[in-house]
Amino acid sequence: MARYDRAITVFSPDGHLFQVEYALEAVRKGNAAVGVRGTDTIVLGVEKKSTVKLQDSRSVRKIVSLDDHIALACAGLKADARVLINRARIECQSHRLTVEDPVTVEYITRYIAGLQQKYTQSGGVRPFGLSTLIVGFDPYTGVPSLYQTDPSGTFSAWKANATGRNSNSMREFLEKNYKETSGQETIKLAIRALLEVVESGGKNIEVAVMTKEGLRQLEEAEIDAIVAEIEAEKAAAEAAKKAPAKET
Amino acid sequence: MECVFGMVGKGFALVVADTSAVNSILVHKSNEDKIMVLDSHKLMGASGEAGDRAQFTEYVQKNVALYQYRNGIPLTTKAAANFMRGELATALRKNPYMVNIVLAGFDKDTGPSLYFIDYIATLHKVDKAAFGYGSYFALSMMDRHYHPNMTVDEAIKLAEQCIEEIRSRLVVAPQNFVIKIVDKDGAREHSWRRTTKD
Repeated sequence: MARYDRAITVFSPDGHLFQVEYALEAVRKGNAAVGVRGTDTIVLGVEKKSTVKLQDSRSVRKIVSLDDHIALACAGLKADARVLINRARIECQSHRLTVEDPVTVEYITRYIAGLQQKYTQSGGVRPFGLSTLIVGFDPYTGVPSLYQTDPSGTFSAWKANATGRNSNSMREFLEKNYKETSGQETIKLAIRALLEVVESGGKNIEVAVMTKEGLRQLEEAEIDAIVAEIEAEKAAAEAAKKAPAKET
Repeated sequence: MECVFGMVGKGFALVVADTSAVNSILVHKSNEDKIMVLDSHKLMGASGEAGDRAQFTEYVQKNVALYQYRNGIPLTTKAAANFMRGELATALRKNPYMVNIVLAGFDKDTGPSLYFIDYIATLHKVDKAAFGYGSYFALSMMDRHYHPNMTVDEAIKLAEQCIEEIRSRLVVAPQNFVIKIVDKDGAREHSWRRTTKD
């Protein structure tokens, strides 16, 4: 096995590209990120590692916009993310320049995934160590979409998905609790999924909401309020479970 | 013959351009919008070779948008003007863009500003500017009647006087003109001055 992870262009005898798998490991160590698609809203949530005291948290934006109608969140190597995001932003404008139309979510996802794939089949380079969650509304049909890409360069559309640390637990939660939602309900579902793996509180979560009007980053106070609502609902559900047992 | 002119007033800047698209003796259309809204608070009136005009202005517009996504804040008018001049200068001795530009913008901290950028990459920050044969008449009119801190009404009246002068004195005067304005509320179309329906 040691001989097959040096240059990534080499397959191992059992068909693995080890560098790509190691890149996926890097993603698994990155912060948790979740995306939930609603009927009129798409929500992205990212875990914020407990802020280092002296750091200006405003300079660390984990959910970025690629264009007016497209936003991206990622898990993994943040420096690699900067490079990919920059290329994607240029492509969004380049597309507008050449065909006079904004990109569709699928197009820009395909572009980013294509870029990630290129780096798994070139000499002397390593794959990008990140998975992305890309959200947006189709500029022509108004249909909301959520896509995920990973270091191998594969991409697919999702109703809800998670990546990064403890993504399996979040995905399990979403599989159990997903239903078609809109507006505030979608935001709550995304935050509930994040709270499964992240310490509770507005300062540990970054949430952004994409609607037809554009991307809106939620303020810490707003997130705190929603978290409080969720905790109250959880407590009420717990109480309801205990109460009937007492009566009988 | 194409003409574009502009002026700065109190808290706003105005750009006026003719709207004719001409090829030798044929007028293709008389409602060609030559003043591009660069971003929420910038207007770019361009005259010159039609292909170069569209190509260059769209290229600048997309790069200005890209800057905003990369950096989270929009370019200042001065920065946009210098970017344009740089692009024109780089292309000048290889494959020049034959485009003359009047850039008007409003920045929150510095207020309205107007920039004169010609096809050989001259850049001047000015209070009034004009391009084309119409500039002979527009500049003279503005030299006589312009004063700093004009109101919107005064500036529009002055623009109308310039348009009237161009119409009566230029042998192949354009038929229609469009006036666009930029102030703290953004860049938008103000009005048209037509002699022909499109």
